[in-house]
Amino acid sequence: MSTIQPIAGELEPHPDVALVEQVRGGDVSAYDTLVRKYDRQIFRIAQHITQNREDAEDVMQDAFLKAYEKLDQFQGNSKFYTWLVRIAVNESLMRLRKRRTGKMVSIDEDVETEEGSVPRDLADWAPDPEQNYTQSELGEILRKTIQGLPPGFRIVFVLRDVEGLSTEETAETLGLSVPAVKSRLLRARLQLRERLSRYFRKKKGSAESRPGETRSEK
Amino acid sequence: MTCTEFLALLDDLIDDSVSAETRTQLQLHLKGCDHCEVTLSTTRKTIEIYRSHEIYDLPSGLRERLHAAIMARCKKGC
Repeated sequence: MSTIQPIAGELEPHPDVALVEQVRGGDVSAYDTLVRKYDRQIFRIAQHITQNREDAEDVMQDAFLKAYEKLDQFQGNSKFYTWLVRIAVNESLMRLRKRRTGKMVSIDEDVETEEGSVPRDLADWAPDPEQNYTQSELGEILRKTIQGLPPGFRIVFVLRDVEGLSTEETAETLGLSVPAVKSRLLRARLQLRERLSRYFRKKKGSAESRPGETRSEK
Repeated sequence: MTCTEFLALLDDLIDDSVSAETRTQLQLHLKGCDHCEVTLSTTRKTIEIYRSHEIYDLPSGLRERLHAAIMARCKKGC
């Protein structure tokens, strides 16, 4: 069994490298640590892609089990986390395809849309606009808004901006080119911004009603 | 710099990956363009809101159940 080499350019090996080595040496409890470290992220990514809670539960289990089975194939030239995310993204897309039988689901499909390429709604937002909503209202707004993005944009935004992967890691994880990730990220950010403006824009007058009214007046 | 040129560099500005020279040009454009200033500030806010709010929570009961299932299968060799 080969020993994992630290990622080139990094002075200190990532702490996950030692944990992976321990698992390879037969210490299952080290895997327990890795699962606890990343389970929330993997569950979140799976929910974002499948948009279904049961599927996300299945994906989370399957992704960690598959990673455990394939641990010998992990070379250490990428981070364990990005390798795990890649498995979870593939599992999520498989679930999505199963649910939408006959309907092609791919992150590679060219998402041609002009929406978001030129910002239209240029109203400024209220300061701390999220304060105008309760936590559950805000959660609903954010969920509804991101679910409306094409899957190819949504996944890029989630990995890059929510989960904090670099552009290169996102490209590697999704099997896309760096320019493709950049282009999708810009359009995803602008589309989300445009859609959120409906809720967060400065109100011109107190009598103005808000679109997507979900909140009871206080 | 035009608004279209500004927009093409918006992500690099947000991600702090522009050269000092480009940054100066972008800031110069921003001084005279409310349009792009709003686009920049609200796009930044969009990212910040999504980053700081966990919209798909994993409840602790479910987390423990899934965790136990994963570890039980790993111990059996999957």
